Amino acid sequence: MAKFDETPIVKDAAKNGVLAPPELREHASSRVRCWPSKAKDTIPIGLPPERVPDWQERAIAKFGELLERNKALRVYMDICVRCGACTDKCQFFLGTGDPQNFPVARAELMRKVYRRYFTPGGRYLRDASEAADFDEEMLEKWYTYFYQCSECRRCSVFCPYGIDTAEITMAAREILCSIGVSTKYVTEVVAKVYETGNNLGIPSAAWKDNCEFLEDELQEETGLPIRFPVDDYGAEVLLVPPSADNFANVDTMIGYGKLFHALGIRWTTSTYCNEGGNFGLFLNYANLKRVNKRIIDAARMLNVKTIIWGECGHAWRGGVLTPTLNGPMDMFDPPYPYHISQFIVDMLNKGALNGKIDKSANDQYLVTYHDPCNPARAGQLLEEPRQILRACVNRFVEMPANTIREKTYCCGAGGGLLTDEVMAIRMAGGKPRAMAVKHSGANFLATICAICKAQLPEAMKYWKVDVEVGGVIQLLGNALKL
Amino acid sequence: MPVVELKGIKVEVDEDGFIQEPDSWSEELAAAIALTEEVETLTEDHWKVIHYLRDYYQQFGIAPMIRKLCKDTGFQLKYIYELFPSGPAKGACKIAGLPKPTGCV
Repeated sequence: MAKFDETPIVKDAAKNGVLAPPELREHASSRVRCWPSKAKDTIPIGLPPERVPDWQERAIAKFGELLERNKALRVYMDICVRCGACTDKCQFFLGTGDPQNFPVARAELMRKVYRRYFTPGGRYLRDASEAADFDEEMLEKWYTYFYQCSECRRCSVFCPYGIDTAEITMAAREILCSIGVSTKYVTEVVAKVYETGNNLGIPSAAWKDNCEFLEDELQEETGLPIRFPVDDYGAEVLLVPPSADNFANVDTMIGYGKLFHALGIRWTTSTYCNEGGNFGLFLNYANLKRVNKRIIDAARMLNVKTIIWGECGHAWRGGVLTPTLNGPMDMFDPPYPYHISQFIVDMLNKGALNGKIDKSANDQYLVTYHDPCNPARAGQLLEEPRQILRACVNRFVEMPANTIREKTYCCGAGGGLLTDEVMAIRMAGGKPRAMAVKHSGANFLATICAICKAQLPEAMKYWKVDVEVGGVIQLLGNALKL
Repeated sequence: MPVVELKGIKVEVDEDGFIQEPDSWSEELAAAIALTEEVETLTEDHWKVIHYLRDYYQQFGIAPMIRKLCKDTGFQLKYIYELFPSGPAKGACKIAGLPKPTGCV
C-alpha cells in the first residue's frame, strides 16, 4: 500500500467487535478528495469535458428536473426531522469522526440548497430557513462529501422515516456530473466499459487468453477438461461476472467453471459485455441504464436462454433493476434477473449437487461471511450465500449481529471509492468491518462482490486482521467433487 | 498532466505517478521510478517481472492476470510482493511503464 496521510482516521479500539461512536473531529476528512475526471473519459460517456461556465444555473435546473422525475427525492428532501438516528450508523463517520459524515449532515448539504431554490421560505428568508446558496464553497463540499459516501444505505435501515440516503447521494452526483464535475476513477471505468466491454479494459484477445490459461491450469490440476467458453453462440447460460474475476480474483472464476462443469451446463462469457459491474450507478442514470443494457444486448447477440449475474455487488443492484431500466426480460427463460447465488441454491434444493460436495475440503478454514451492501440491502441476497456456505464448509461463524445482514457495514470502498487517493477514507470506512472480522476469529472472509474482494485485503492488512478474502463460489469450487 | 524529472529524465505522469506514454519508457526511467516505489536496486528478478509485464502488455494491451504472471515467471505472489512492496498491479506495473490498472482491483 502506498503511503498516505492517516490523520483523518480514528484509532479508537473496538469492544466485542463493535466500535463506539468516536469523539467528534470537525473537518477531519475535509481534505480527502477523489481526483477530478478528464475530458478523454467524460466526453465518450456523455458528460461535459470540464465544469460548464453557467454551472450554478445548470445545477439548479438539473436539481429541479430530478425533483420532478423522482418524487421520492422530494419526499426525502422534505421529511427529515433530524432525529439523529442515522448519525452513528455510517462507517465513514465511525472511521473519521468527521460530523460532516453523519448521513443527516451529508444530506443536509443538499437539503440546504433545496430549501434555497425550491421552497418559499428559503427563497425569501434564506438564513432563517437554514437554506444556502449553491456557491463555490458548497460545490466543494458536495464534491468532497458525496464522494465519502459509498451509497451503501446502512443509515437508511435505521431511519424511522425510511429515507434512502443513497438516493440523495446519487442525485447529488447526478447534478455534479451534469455540470462537468465528476471523478477520474468512476468516469475512466465507465469509459472503458464502452471501449472494451469491461471495467478493467481487458481487450477481447486478453480475455480469451485468460480463459485458455485457466483451462490449462485446471487440466493440470484436475486432469479434467473444465472449460471457460467465450462468445459461445447458443449456450444455455451467459455468465456476467465482474471483470476482476478474470484478472485478480481468479479463484472466483475457477469456481464458476467448476460449478458449470459439475452440472454439465453449457455456459459462456461475452467479449461484448464481460462485465457485470455497473459504475453508472455511481455517476448518473443515463450511464446506469446504458451499462446495464449491454448485458441484455450481449445475451441476445449470443442467443442464450438465461443470464446469470456473477459475484458483483453493484452489478446485482443494476441487475435487479433491469426490467425498469431496460424493459421486459421475457425473451429469456425465467427466473430473471438471476444471480449466481440464487442459481446455486436452486441447484442445491433440486438435488443437482447431491453427493458432489466434500465439505472437508474447506476444513482448514473458519469461514465468516461479509454481506456486501448492494446484495444485502438492495438485492435481497441475505440467506442464499449463507445456505451455500453451510453446504460447502464445516466451520462457519457469524460476525456480531449489528454488523451483518441488513445491518452490514460497507467494506469501505463501494460507490466509486476504490481508488488510492482516498485511501484514508477507505481505511477509515473499512474499520468497522475489520473489527468485526477480528472478533469473529475467522481465517477466511467470504463475500460476493469484486469491490469488497479488492478493498478487504487492504483494510484487513491495515487493521492487522489475519484473514484470507475470497468468493463464496471459490469455497464451493474447492469442495466440488468433479 | 504533471511532468516530473526523475534522475534527469523528464516525463509526463498521471496523478499517481504512472507514465502516460508506455513508449517513453526506458530501463533508466524504470530504475528512477523504482526509487519512488521503495525499490532501491533493480535485481535480475525485478527485471524478469518488468520485461514479462512489458512483453505481455505489448501483445495484449493490458497487464497480465496475476496468476499468469506468477506462473510464467516462476515466482510466488509473496515473492513478487517482496520485490515490489506495493504489489504487482500497482508497483510493478508502474515501474514497467504500464498504465495503472483500474476497475475493481
